[in-house]
Order: sequence, then C-alpha cells, then structure tokens
Amino acid sequence: MRLLRNLAPALSAFLALFASSQPASSAPPAEANSCLACHGAQGEGLAAAGYPRLAGLSAEYISEQLNAYIDGRRVNPIMRPMAMPLTATQIQGIATFFSALPAPSNVAAALTDATQSALGQQLAERGEWSAGIPACFNCHAPGGVGLPPAFPPIVGQPAMYIESQIQAWKNGTRQGDPKNLANALMHNVAFRMSDTQTKAVAAWLAAQPIPTPNTSPSTTVKTNP
Amino acid sequence: MSIVTSATLTRTVALLFSLASQLSSTPAFSADAQAALNASAHTGATFQPPSEADIPAGPFGDTIRLGRDIMLDTPRHAARFVGNNLSCANCHLDAGRMAGSAPLWAAYVNFPAYRAKNSKINTYQERLQGCFRFSMNGSAPPLGDPVLVALEAYSFWLATGLPVNKEVAGRGYPKLEKPAQVADFSRGQAVYTARCALCHGESGAGQSTAGQVIFPSLWGNQSYNWGAGMGSINNAAQFIYANMPYGMSYSLTPQEAWDVAYFMNAHERPQDPRWLGSVEATRAKFHDSPFSLYGQTINGNVLGKTGAPKRTQDKDQAHIAP
Repeated sequence: MRLLRNLAPALSAFLALFASSQPASSAPPAEANSCLACHGAQGEGLAAAGYPRLAGLSAEYISEQLNAYIDGRRVNPIMRPMAMPLTATQIQGIATFFSALPAPSNVAAALTDATQSALGQQLAERGEWSAGIPACFNCHAPGGVGLPPAFPPIVGQPAMYIESQIQAWKNGTRQGDPKNLANALMHNVAFRMSDTQTKAVAAWLAAQPIPTPNTSPSTTVKTNP
Repeated sequence: MSIVTSATLTRTVALLFSLASQLSSTPAFSADAQAALNASAHTGATFQPPSEADIPAGPFGDTIRLGRDIMLDTPRHAARFVGNNLSCANCHLDAGRMAGSAPLWAAYVNFPAYRAKNSKINTYQERLQGCFRFSMNGSAPPLGDPVLVALEAYSFWLATGLPVNKEVAGRGYPKLEKPAQVADFSRGQAVYTARCALCHGESGAGQSTAGQVIFPSLWGNQSYNWGAGMGSINNAAQFIYANMPYGMSYSLTPQEAWDVAYFMNAHERPQDPRWLGSVEATRAKFHDSPFSLYGQTINGNVLGKTGAPKRTQDKDQAHIAP
C-alpha cells in the first residue's frame, strides 16, 4: 500500500509525459495550421511572445473570440487579418480542434518579487472589494481553471497576455457580446484595476501550474437542483 | 446645469472610447453606468475591519483564520452542518467584511439580542446556529462547537475597535424603497435571464466545476430552505440591489431588484425545518407576511407543499429553542 502511494506520483508524472508527447487525437484541420505557427504545435502558446494557449479552451469561447476579431470587438492587428477570411465552418473546425487538445502541463513562470506575488495572489483568490474588484476565482473558478463557456481558464496563460487583456478590457479594445453580462462584468473589474494590480495578478497567475485532469476534471457539471 | 455638463462630458468620453476601439455601434461603457464601487457605497459606513495580514500568530490567530475559511468555503470547512451548496460568503461578501453585505463586524457588536424569530434572547453563537439551520439548510452546530467558536472569534476580530451595543452604518443590507409596481414574476424572470442566469444558470441551480461550487443554487434542493431570511422577498431584494451581480452593486433599478427577488423566491426549495405538519399551519405561524411566498400558489403549485423536512435537517436540532 505504502509502495503504491510512493509510486503514484511517479506513475502519474509518467502518464502525463506520455499524454503530452502524444499527437492530438485528430489531425488539425488545414485552417488551424496558421494558428499552430504562433500558438504552438499542441496549442500550448508561446509565453515569451505573450501568445496565449488555445489547448483546452472551450470551443464556444474560441469561436466567440475569432468572431470578435472579425467584427472588431477584439482589436488586434495580427489576429484580425487571420480571422477575417475564415468561414463559420472553419471557425467551428478550429474551435473544436483546440478545445480537444489537453491543457499544457509545464508553462508556469517563476515568481521573483514577493510583494508583487502576494498582491497578485490576493487579487486572484480574494479580490480587492474595497476597490470594487471581485476575486478572479469568484468567476474563473478556484485555481483559475475556468467555468466554460462564459469564463475561460486564466491559469496557464502568459503574464504578458493576461496583462494585455486586462488593459484591453479596460480601454475598450476587447469586448464581449454587448448583450452578455460577462462583457459588463469584465469591463467593470478591469476598469478598476491599477497598472500595479494588473501586473501583479498577471505575474502570479502565470506562475501557477495548470491542475492536472486528475485533480481538476475539465468537464463542468451543473449543480443538481 | 452641472448635470447637463456632466452628461455631455460622459457622452464625449464615451464617444472617444468608442472611436478608439473602432466601434460602430453599442458603446462599451454604457452597460454598467449605474454600478457603484461596492455594496458599501450607499450605506454611509466608515468602519474598516483590520487587514488579514494582521491576524495574530498563535492559537487565537489560527481560530480566526478557520472562521475566515468557514465563511469562504462552508461545505468544506463545516461540512457536518451544511445541507446545501452554499457558503456564508455568498450572502456576506468578502468573507463577511463588506458593509451593506451583512458584515459580521456589525452583527457581532449587536448581540446578545432579542429576536422575534425565536422569541428569546439570542447569543451570537445562537444567531449563528440559525444560519446553519435555515440558510445552510443543515443542522445547527452545538453551542461551543469549534465551528461556532471559530466564526465568533473571526467576527470578534473583524469588529476590532467598534463600540458594542451601538447601531453602526453598514449593518445588514441597505434599506430599499418600495417598488412602484407590485413585484411581478414575469418581469423578474426577464431580469433574471439578462442579469443572473449567466452565473446562476437558467434553472437557478448554480454552477460547479471540479467538485467546487462557483455560483450557488438560488432555489431547488441545494439552496437555502424556506426558513431562511433570504426567503423573504424584502431581504432578497435588498441583498440583490446592493450586491449583485459581482462588482456591479446598485446597477439594477429598485423595481428590478424587487421583481427578481420575487421571481427567485417564487420557486420551490427545501422545507422549513420548523414544519408544523401542513403548509397551511406552517405558513400561519412562520410565514404570515406579504414578503413570503411560502404556502402561496404560484403557476398552479403551492410553494412548500413538499411534505415534512428531509431527515438531514432534523438531526442535532434538539438543543435549538423552537
């Protein structure tokens, strides 16, 4: 029994390695190839450039973002021309492909500034209600694993990306569906965040490991009524 | 005059933002124009509870932290006494720190107190027992149980420096003016769909992921029972108006808050544990109020007509005064 307990972490690490070295269960659709060039062969993102991971995001969320680039609700000079030529069917194909990829397992960045780290953790876990800022995890779930489709995962994304997105929500260059409450929620929170708070929470979130499927099933279940 | 100027300025700023974001329609900054910073904004509260960084070291600090943790994740840290998927912090925002969100510091300094709900003088721990019995649809921890001691210690610490036995701004939920129109199910449903369902779900069941409740059930068998304060439409309207959605305090109109509170409380939920054998008798004794829909017929169903309370609600009740 004890032997089994000692072996378990090694075994699960081995299995994780095995899983991450596997090619995606289905080949990427042709229109996803240009995504892979920047977002990584497994959709794992490119932290150094601030390119987010797409692997493990919900299909509904990815599709909504591509549509937002097309209709101008998300302003991005690289992504807009990428998204513009896509048909609805192609968008669906891309969204389905990346949503089926497993979340990457080893993108956590290092934390160097203890004060900044403490501030970031506070904002992510508890918020700063006196400044009208709820905790990230109040909606994006403990650990930042997300609550699809409205609340995407925020763990396992590059600090540069998270920071730029909070700024974009703040200055209006990122918007959701105006009829969707999430749009107002996120704009409100971002609008109240200082640059110091934004940098701190981005750095802290980027340094958190993505929970493995064993500890955090990616499927979301509605609570039984 | 200043109002006109301010409105013009707001429009100008909105237009600039709109241009900057290359928008041709629907300005982004209109949806939340009414939202206040937080629930405290309209209460006149000035008291600030201490920072959690200043929780003392040692056994007393450990107990304070346990109380804080119970507030944030009640099903995990007080599992034995919880019969639904709610946490204290769902209705006492920021772990009971927020003025206008029934902060624990304001409650703490006003006990012991007589409560008509159970016709006796309640100590603070007895008041907390009521939360578990009704809001948490569970069983009351015995007086002196570590769960109640931790919550009491946390409340005591939050109230650091606050005078006892003195009304304090920010207590409870802010009073809300009466609605212009009688609260209405259909209007409430429309508010719910637009402003609540994203988080709490179309069916009111809330949402969970990875075994963790993110948004609590608002009705149904995982929500508060018919004996809870939130089951009164006036309390619910006050809470919602000041606190919901997250980060958007006071963004609903008072009418919308009343309508959606009515809608929420016009659904079935666990039986009142003070059950007297029939809906009629239980309503007559405990729900004889225009603010309670218990025992009323809504959409053809008599609310509360679900029989005796389930067993989980009956255990450990003997020490509670009726």
